[in-house]
Formats: sequence, structure tokens, C-alpha cells
Amino acid sequence: MNLKPLFEPKTLAVIGLSSTNERHPANVIFDKNNHRYPLKVFGVNPKGGKLHDEPLYERVGDIPTKIDLAVIAARAEFVPDIIAQCIKAGVKSAAVISGGFTEGGRSDLQDRMVAMAREARFPFIGPNCLGLFVPFRVDTFFLPIERMIKPAPGSVAFISQSGGILVDQMIKFTQQGVGMSKAVSIGNKALIREIDLLKYLLTDPATKVIAFYVEGFAEGEGREFVLTADCSPKPVILMKSGKSEAGRRAVSSHTASLAGDYASFSAAVAQHNIVEAANEQELVSFCEVLSSYTTPIDGKIGIITGSGGHGAMAVDACFAAGLSVPEFSDDLKGLLQGGLTQSIRSIASVGNPVDLTGSAVDDDFVSCARTLAASDAVDCIIVLLLPYLPGMTLDIGVRLSQVQRQFKKPVIAYVPHVEKYNMMIDGFELNGTPVSPSIEGAVLMAKGLMRRKPC
Amino acid sequence: MLKKDAMDILNKSKKWGWVLEPDAQKIFSLYGFKTPKYDVAVNNEEALAIARKIGYPVVAKIVSPAVVHKSDVKGVVVGIRDDETLLATLARLQKIGGFVGMLIAEMVKGLELIIGAKNDHQFGPMILVGMGGVGVEIYKDVSLRMAPIKPRDADNMLGELTAKKLLTGYRGSEPINLAALKKTLVNFSKLMMDLEGLVESVDLNPVMCNAKSCLVVDARIMLK
Repeated sequence: MNLKPLFEPKTLAVIGLSSTNERHPANVIFDKNNHRYPLKVFGVNPKGGKLHDEPLYERVGDIPTKIDLAVIAARAEFVPDIIAQCIKAGVKSAAVISGGFTEGGRSDLQDRMVAMAREARFPFIGPNCLGLFVPFRVDTFFLPIERMIKPAPGSVAFISQSGGILVDQMIKFTQQGVGMSKAVSIGNKALIREIDLLKYLLTDPATKVIAFYVEGFAEGEGREFVLTADCSPKPVILMKSGKSEAGRRAVSSHTASLAGDYASFSAAVAQHNIVEAANEQELVSFCEVLSSYTTPIDGKIGIITGSGGHGAMAVDACFAAGLSVPEFSDDLKGLLQGGLTQSIRSIASVGNPVDLTGSAVDDDFVSCARTLAASDAVDCIIVLLLPYLPGMTLDIGVRLSQVQRQFKKPVIAYVPHVEKYNMMIDGFELNGTPVSPSIEGAVLMAKGLMRRKPC
Repeated sequence: MLKKDAMDILNKSKKWGWVLEPDAQKIFSLYGFKTPKYDVAVNNEEALAIARKIGYPVVAKIVSPAVVHKSDVKGVVVGIRDDETLLATLARLQKIGGFVGMLIAEMVKGLELIIGAKNDHQFGPMILVGMGGVGVEIYKDVSLRMAPIKPRDADNMLGELTAKKLLTGYRGSEPINLAALKKTLVNFSKLMMDLEGLVESVDLNPVMCNAKSCLVVDARIMLK
């Protein structure tokens, strides 16, 4: 099945428009795409008529152009016939937004759609989903345009079984400056499933990191998924829900009891180089860091901070995450010390963490970062920055990004995320250095780099 | 492809839903896994003959299609050193429901490990290794992988165990034969792929590992 028309449509048909209800999902989708995206948009309603002076077609086959993507938002009982019409009219793909299928006791409708689509090799997303969002191309989410938070275009694709989790995650990606290439809500995943999207995104030049929210796989499907993701040059990140084992039937062997559904899931995923995110914070952190850096680390962390307390918090978080914070040799300490400006030389501490104190200036941070980047003692540097210190300037992000690029050693920054500091954050992020809004988040980023172990 | 002898045992066991211990041991022997010397006795003469052949001390275990968890019915007696105890044990085990025999086996020493497998709905055969014995579900010191595993996976699995120091020799104890353990794990994972359609789960508990080798001391195969 060719999924390209789904993600890169030039013509869009919205099926199920209402001529009376402006808030109908189909109308919202029609309005937000029409004249806003590089698409020709056509409306379909069996009664015909007009919407905003544009003609409505009675059937998708009446549209005078070939349709790449049909968005179907009609009542469930009409959808199988609409799919049949789409196939007959040569429509290339569909997103079925409507609910009321397997999840509402109507598996028969869903089964009919899948049988037809399989035979005709007609790809459709859903049903019971939001469909897809591709920056500057198409947006089938039925959320009014003024309410949607749209992340900047970027290299992270996120595929979600839940539309709500997807939209929420897009807000979190936006807050943390993570750009997206594609966002797909797959709902009941009747035909197109995680594995199909994984295969497509592995070949998608716009996507560098592929992330999933999964509730569960079908029989044997988990095995196929992890084997496909194994050795992938693109990091694959997975967040799972339904981990608790409530209501599990009694088992008569120790192994079956110890290797429960989630324990097996987690082990199989990690074994095949998929990075499992335990929660939303890990998901966002892993997506951000793995879209910046691709080389895995062993997890020897050097910490540079402007405050002792921040350093101590970061050390604790590193140990909890399984990272190490190695002690520095006397030689390395000497090099660090030698690079400091005169005013802090007697008050700074050059162990790990390197505590430059509140009197440090940009040059001190850059000098220490360069020394650690050149040393084998650490393979990742976490810089804890306090923008309110008087010696800090807005240039620090660009300058530390240069260190990271020159030495090809990952630098991860912590900067509190408030509007006032945005220009400093941009200095890092626009130059390829990930920034976390929390110390713990910065440490999680390093953990993400350690977890990713490509073949 | 499964060996015919193994297939015959599995087919015969279907009516119970699991494979009796001597039969399970037989399957693992067929596939080159090491087991202690053992045989099954029904009466006194057989018991004495087997004990003589193996040599005391021996362990005796109930064989009954009605008893999946032998310890729960006091169906395992270790350290039997004379004929009198052996026969008294047989007399007691004969009274347990479903008795079809008493397995008499050589006593082996070593570190008690568990090697197990489970057929997972989403991922197929999963392999487990960890600290074995009756406390296995209390300590939960185990590591899991999807089968089949590579030697590198076997290394990583053992490295994940909290008790990994016990494997390499701790406070004067002898290190176990790690190469034998890893080979056992890899071969076990291959066999589990062959058994995927038939088997629900397997416990080899304990697998006794010492400086020389790893022996499958008890095997339980639950069928689909």
C-alpha cells in the first residue's frame, strides 16, 4: 500500500459536511484546510448544495479531479459505502474520523471496510481517530484552528493510538521547542497500524526520530514491530500505557507469573534498541535529545553548574537514571582550573560537578565545556545555566553549541523556561543543542542517549 | 523441526495439560541439556535398584498428573541416605493423589537458577533467567528477552541480575561455569522457538550451576 498520498496530498475531499452545523467536525476540517494549506479542497454531502459559496459534491466520484486523500466524517453506518465509492472513484487514501465501530459494538462495519480496502490496496487511517497533521501540508484534526497548538516543523514523527494523548503531546513538544514532521492518530487502527507507519517513516526523509504511544499490539504483532525497529538508523521511542496487570488470570508457572504482559513488552522493546519512555516527560526529553544527537553514549556525565545545589540535584538524578558522574583526575582538574577567569579561580570548584559559582561569566562555562569535551573522562556534558546570574549573556547558547559541534560530544543544557529567557533558549535550540526546562529533564535526555544502542 | 520422541511425549501429555517431570526431563535430554541421573520407581524393588545404581544420597519426587507444584504437597524429599528412608518416602508418596511413580535422582550441588520460557501474546516466546528455588517469585531477580537470543543477549541477561556477583564467585564461593550457562540459555531459546505452537510456559527450576556445568534438576512444561 502506498501511504504517500496520505501524508503528501495535493487534493483533499472532506466527506460528511453539514450545510447547517458550522461546528460539525467535517466543517472544521474543511475550513482549516481550505485556502490555508497547499491543497485543493472539495466538500462532499449527499444532498449537494453549497458551503461558503463553494459547491458541495453529492458523491466523491463527482469531483472533477483525482483525490489523494478523503477525510471521512460521516455517520458510521454510511462509512463502508463511502469507502466503496472512494475506491471506485480512484481516491488514493482516506482518514476515517468517525467513531461508532468496534469500540461501539459495530465490528461488522469495520470488518467490511477492512476487507474492501485490503482487496483494493486502499490505505485508510482510523476509524475513530483525528487523522494526521503534517506541517505546511495538511491537518485533518477536527479541532478549531484557533485552539490548536501546532509545534514548529521539525524531525520528530509521533504516532498515537489515542488522539487526546497526541494533541496533548503536541502542546508539550511546543513548550519544549521540539519540532515535528508528522503527527498521526490511528484510533482503532483497523487497517493501518503502527508497523505500517514505522516502515513508512523509516524511509521518510523529513523524519529523524519516530515516537509511538501504544496501548497494545495484536497477536504476534509486537514481535514484527520490534524486529522491524531493531537496527533502525532512526531512533524509535515508545511510550506504553496499560502496564498494570490487574485482572490477570492465575498462572501455574513461575515464568508465566514473572514474565507478565508488561514485563515482556518492556524487555522485548529494550532488546531491540527501542527506547521506552516511562512517561510524558521522558517522551519529550528523549524525542528532543535524539533529534539532536545520534551517537549513543556510555553515560559518563560531566556536569557544569552555576550553583552547588543544582549540581548536587543533577548528580542524584544521574545516579537514579543509571548514569555515572566520574571523578576527575588531578590533570583534568588542573586544565579546568587553568581556564577560569581570575575572579572565580579561588572560589570555583573543579571537581565533578564543576561549580563555577554565581560569579561566573560566559567564558568560564565555555572554557570548562571545551576542556571536558576534549577529555575522555566524560562522554556527555550537562550544563546547568542560571540566566539570572549577572555574568551570563544571551550568547552562551551559541557558544556552547559551537563546542558541541566542534568536539562532536553532546552538550545538554538546563535553562528555566519562562518567556524572559526565550532568547537564551533559542540560542541553544536553533543551534542544535537541546535544552530542558528542568534539571531532571536534562538528565533524562542523557539517559535517552545512553539507552539508544544501535547495532 | 521437533524430534519425533519429543513430539510423542508432548502428544501423550496433552490430556493433562502439562508434561510430567520425567517426561519433561527426557525432552531436555533429547536436546542435549544435561540432567542429573534419574529414574522412576513404582514399587520397593525398583526404588532400591535405582538408588543402588545412582548411589546415595538421592532425592525423591512425586510423579502425578494431579500435582503440578510438588513442594506444596510435600512431594519432594532431598538428602535420602539409606534404604529405610527411601522406602518410607515411597510409602508416603504413594498415598498422594494421582501417584504414578516416584522419581529418584542424583543429588547435585550448585547455585540454584531458574531458566524459563513463556509464550507471549504480542511477542511470542520469551526467555527468562534468574535466581531460582522456591523463593523465585519473592525475590523476582530475573531478566527477560524475546527468543531466540544471541550469545550477546545471554551476557546482558546475566549482567542484569542483582545477584550477578554470585555467578562469578562471591566471598570464597567457586565461580560457576558461565560459558555452560550461556550455552544452555541460547539452546533453550532455540528449542522454545520450535515449541512455540505447543507450549504455554516452561520452568526449569532449579537449574543447578557449578564450576563444571549446568544441570536441569527439575523441568515443568505447561501445554497450550
